[in-house]
Amino acid sequence: MERILEQIPRFFTFRNMELLLEAAGMTLAITSVGCIIGFGLAFVLVYLRQTPGKWAAPLRFLCIAYVEIFRRIPFLVVIYLVLFFIQAFIADASLFTIAVIAICTYAIAYTAEIIRGGLESVPREQVEAARAMNLSRFQTTTQIVLPQAWPVIIPPAIAFAVSFIKDTALVSQIGVFELTFRGKELNNQGYSGILVFGTIAMCYFAISYPLTRYGQHLETRLATSRGRRSARKLRRT
Amino acid sequence: MPHLAVEDLRASYGALEVLRGISFSVEKGELVALVGPSGSGKSTVLRVLMALNPPSSGRVQIDDISIDYGKSGSVRAARDRMAVVFQQYNLFQNMNVMDNVTLAPRKIKKWPVAEVEENARALLAKVGLTDKHDAYPDELSGGQQQRVAIARALALKPEILLLDEVTSALDPELVNEVLDTIGELAADGMTMILVSHEMGFVREVASRVIMMDAGEIIETGTPAELFDAPKSQRAKQFFSKVLRH
Ligand SMILES: Nc1ncnc2c1ncn2[C@@H]1O[C@H](COP(=O)(O)OP(=O)(O)OP(=O)(O)O)[C@@H](O)[C@H]1O
Ligand SMILES: [Mg+2]
Repeated sequence: MERILEQIPRFFTFRNMELLLEAAGMTLAITSVGCIIGFGLAFVLVYLRQTPGKWAAPLRFLCIAYVEIFRRIPFLVVIYLVLFFIQAFIADASLFTIAVIAICTYAIAYTAEIIRGGLESVPREQVEAARAMNLSRFQTTTQIVLPQAWPVIIPPAIAFAVSFIKDTALVSQIGVFELTFRGKELNNQGYSGILVFGTIAMCYFAISYPLTRYGQHLETRLATSRGRRSARKLRRT
Repeated sequence: MPHLAVEDLRASYGALEVLRGISFSVEKGELVALVGPSGSGKSTVLRVLMALNPPSSGRVQIDDISIDYGKSGSVRAARDRMAVVFQQYNLFQNMNVMDNVTLAPRKIKKWPVAEVEENARALLAKVGLTDKHDAYPDELSGGQQQRVAIARALALKPEILLLDEVTSALDPELVNEVLDTIGELAADGMTMILVSHEMGFVREVASRVIMMDAGEIIETGTPAELFDAPKSQRAKQFFSKVLRH
């Protein structure tokens, strides 16, 4: 305990705080870039998965298999898979790229289920009405289904991304300079583990908590019909 | 040549055959009513015509064009000539009345926007909704929504309008406003197939009535022929139940 107290002035230096902030930025960057790209690709996956017709059966199977498989693999294993897979093809791929791809790979599988649930929440009858007017499947999805599915998709998607912020700690295993990695480094420099990881824990909380609250705010806003309407107005402008 | 000819149409849900060889035809300007007990396959006939359910066999012909429901081009042609109004209106909840009515004419028919909007305004006036252009479906009563749905179907200028129990989800006091709209369309010479339980209305506006039961057509005739002197036992039973007054 005394050792901790004695280390405090030395630990909370400008330099160390700068390093932590940088690491927090890295955590936020890999999570948001990975999740946003993953979210976009998950839409493509869900759309392909819903392709009708006999000829598309293998495609549907692949999409389902992807989701089912990656949802059942520990994230750490996904990270190593991506690491070795990417390195086999691109020798000089940066750790940042690898981390983002790993997060993306995992996020696709999880958000695809969220998106599918959202799309399926829109009454089937509206889709039929659109199809009976000769709207294509793509037009029906973009014009009718998606605008109504957003309120169902966005809150859990944000909740997933926020909870994923802490899971990205695992990419420290391959040496990405994010929060947890920086913590280990500082710890190795002789700072007390309690002090270092206590601070790191606070950092994770400081990032996640406001985002969680924002997600909840969005959820209540989207849940009310007024919110639905203003979301519609926002999209139009 | 009839405007629409349906011959030996069959369709199934899984192992259950719900249309077991349906044949009928509709002349231009005719209003044909499809009646029959619940589950007899009336909705399925309309759904198959609009390619929402696949037929297992049979022929459908509109004028001299034969519709092949296995081919997307042919399905497009069928949907281009027919429009359907459903029991539950099925308006697009994310769009206001005007957008609901103009979406397909703009995006699919690619008609000029000014013309489309003018036509939409005229149709909405015709169904008595001049002041509701900007309202969203959840801000309208059932009867108003159903009239928007009719305007939306008419905006596509269909040759044949299919109406599936368009009044049965409505409160009794809202039924007449929708029936009046359909009556006016009939007077204008719109070709229609009407599935309805409103026998009084059917008697008034239908040129012919087709009675279905268990996926088959039991009897066809003028409203007077069927309602007052049904020939078959099943038709007698059905009409004695629905025409109690
Ligand atoms: N989605 C479905 N899946 C399986 N069976 C269905 C489905 N829709 C309808 N059916 C069955 O098909 C048959 C015909 O149904 P349909 O809806 O065409 O009848 P209907 O004459 O329109 O009846 P109603 O007057 O109740 O609307 C019924 O036996 C019904 O149970
Ligand atoms: Mg029905």
